[in-house]
Amino acid sequence: MSGLYLPKEYLAILLFIVLGVGFGVVTLWIGQFFRMKRPYFEKLVAYESGNPPTDEPRMRFSVKFYLIAILFIVFDVEAIYLYSWALVYDKLGMFALVEMFIFIALLLVGYFYGWKKGALQWEK
Amino acid sequence: MNMPLSLSAFIPVLPEIFLVCMAIILVVVDFSYPRNREMLGQFTLYSGLGVILFLFCQKPGIAFGSMFIVDSYSVFFKMICLFGMIMTILLSVQYLKVEQIRQGEYFSLMAFSVVGMMIMASAADLIVVYLGLELMALSIYCLVGLLKDDARANEASIKYFLMGGFSSAVLLFGITLLYGMTGTTDMAGIASYCSQNAILSNPALMVGAILVLCGFFFKIGAAPFHFWSPDIYQGSPTSITAFMSVAPKAAGFAVIGRFLLMAFPESHGQWGSLLVVIALLSMAVGNILAISQTNVKRMLAYSSIAHAGYALLGILSGTSEGYSSTMNYLLIYGFMNMGAFGVVILLCSKESRRESLEDYKGLAKTNPMAAFLMLIFMFSLTGIPPTAGFIGKFYLLKAALVAGYTLPVIIAVIFSAISAYFYLRLVRYMYMDDPREDFVAHYSPGLTTALVISAAGVIGIGIIPGSLLDWAARSLVGF
Amino acid sequence: MIPLSWYMALAAILFSIGTYGFLVRRNIIIMFLCMELMLNAVNINLVAMSHYLDSLAGHNFVFFIITVAAAEAAIGLGLVIVLFRNKKTIYVDHINELKG
Repeated sequence: MSGLYLPKEYLAILLFIVLGVGFGVVTLWIGQFFRMKRPYFEKLVAYESGNPPTDEPRMRFSVKFYLIAILFIVFDVEAIYLYSWALVYDKLGMFALVEMFIFIALLLVGYFYGWKKGALQWEK
Repeated sequence: MNMPLSLSAFIPVLPEIFLVCMAIILVVVDFSYPRNREMLGQFTLYSGLGVILFLFCQKPGIAFGSMFIVDSYSVFFKMICLFGMIMTILLSVQYLKVEQIRQGEYFSLMAFSVVGMMIMASAADLIVVYLGLELMALSIYCLVGLLKDDARANEASIKYFLMGGFSSAVLLFGITLLYGMTGTTDMAGIASYCSQNAILSNPALMVGAILVLCGFFFKIGAAPFHFWSPDIYQGSPTSITAFMSVAPKAAGFAVIGRFLLMAFPESHGQWGSLLVVIALLSMAVGNILAISQTNVKRMLAYSSIAHAGYALLGILSGTSEGYSSTMNYLLIYGFMNMGAFGVVILLCSKESRRESLEDYKGLAKTNPMAAFLMLIFMFSLTGIPPTAGFIGKFYLLKAALVAGYTLPVIIAVIFSAISAYFYLRLVRYMYMDDPREDFVAHYSPGLTTALVISAAGVIGIGIIPGSLLDWAARSLVGF
Repeated sequence: MIPLSWYMALAAILFSIGTYGFLVRRNIIIMFLCMELMLNAVNINLVAMSHYLDSLAGHNFVFFIITVAAAEAAIGLGLVIVLFRNKKTIYVDHINELKG
């Protein structure tokens, strides 16, 4: 490897970025010459034809959402092992099947634990 | 990579599998038969004893393609961790009633963390080390925060979590550097790479090894990675503090020992001088800051930092005598620290936790037995003969001296003398001062058993140290 | 191919940003995010190295790190919720009962 390295394979991506940004900027810029400028209140609302916002955008979420999020994170991410298992399942055969069932059974124990402790109930 | 998988491949991991099954059963029993909660502690206790028996007759072996090694070295550390768990359960029965902790999760989380420690003790691959370490740490975060309505326990668990997460990220970054430089996460593989290439000319490798060591030092609470420990020791439930001061520390030392000995056996000169700094700093910080403490748990936290420093002396000597003296010391430390925390729990009641040093004034007049036991444990922590603490410290210093670390040994002795001040101050409070309140301690069977075991261990090892030393030395044969 | 050192530099930069954020910010949730950033820097490092070394150990390790990080996040959020119920704060400066 000599001197500065130029990733030629990625040149197309750079081209796309330039074209994408350029298209947006150029059309807005050209549009300025043709459109009418008459701003009034309804025009300046974020969604002209939608509902007006009822609350501050930075409102606080109830702590219940966090509880559900916790459960979701855990069970969602554990599924990552299923992908790698599925890839090599053919080679491993029966043994892997049993192992995966043990794994899922362990997850189920955790699920029932959360259920029994009332983590899934919205109103407590 | 197409290994034939068979059930016999799992034999070396059986104790861990058994303990995991037990922990899951504890959870299931807890939510399906809430009335039988009282039994859970006993159940955990007997399973722990069963695993210890199983470990005694387990044959050395290798599992999962040399990622998991069962040898007598790992068995010794597993014993210390299980011993910590059993003693904690004995201590807990009374404490849980005082603090009203829900029981099922408590015991199962403890079992899970011990599984993590056992995996750490056996791990010969950095991936396995990381997994064991996280299993241990995550369970302990929950255990610390188990008192949900206690603001102090909350604070302790959050702080422990933040510090622990940060340190494991640092550890992981170190592991990636080691992996990138050597092409393997296997400790033996790293060693064979290092024997063929000069590691001193490879800064990334050095940085990786140092970051990994920093992560481990955090787990054993050695200075300058000790900032978490006083707060967490003070805030957690006392039984968990006792557990944390013994078991995770032993597991951390097991990993450090194996990592240095298996992955970097030839660069003892480099890591030896690093460990000297860490060990001396830990002793200085622990012993000097302990003097100004007014809370017993906090004082014992600083004392545990100092003891981590002493125990590092054995590892830094790099000889098999040094390793066996560290192993001994950790077991002895388990006995004396469990005993000291046992007395702290004994004094704790529903009205008051009695954790301040002032509460110990005149204890000899109101509760002579408790005061006498505390006296023994304080003597042992100081290292006064004929207690076990003296024997442990003696062999550590001897090993370091033989390996040529004269100056660190002298400094260690000086710090040990300084530590006598705050340990014996407690003794003076108990015996020389007048009691402030009339308080009669309640001895439950579990707590009594734990105190008797600790006292017997401390005195017994102090008077006849032979068999334990033999055992630790034999554990190193073939490592 | 992009040289390995680029990826390692990227990972080191991300890791440093995470470390900086962890040390500077005082909101516990943000500190979590910084921790996740550090872990993801580690993941980038591992995947890149595993690709260049042509060994699968790094990929395996990433799987484990992702799941452990999820478990860690769950426990951390749980602890924060308990803290918030007790003290109505998520700033580390406000939790200072234990000191000495």
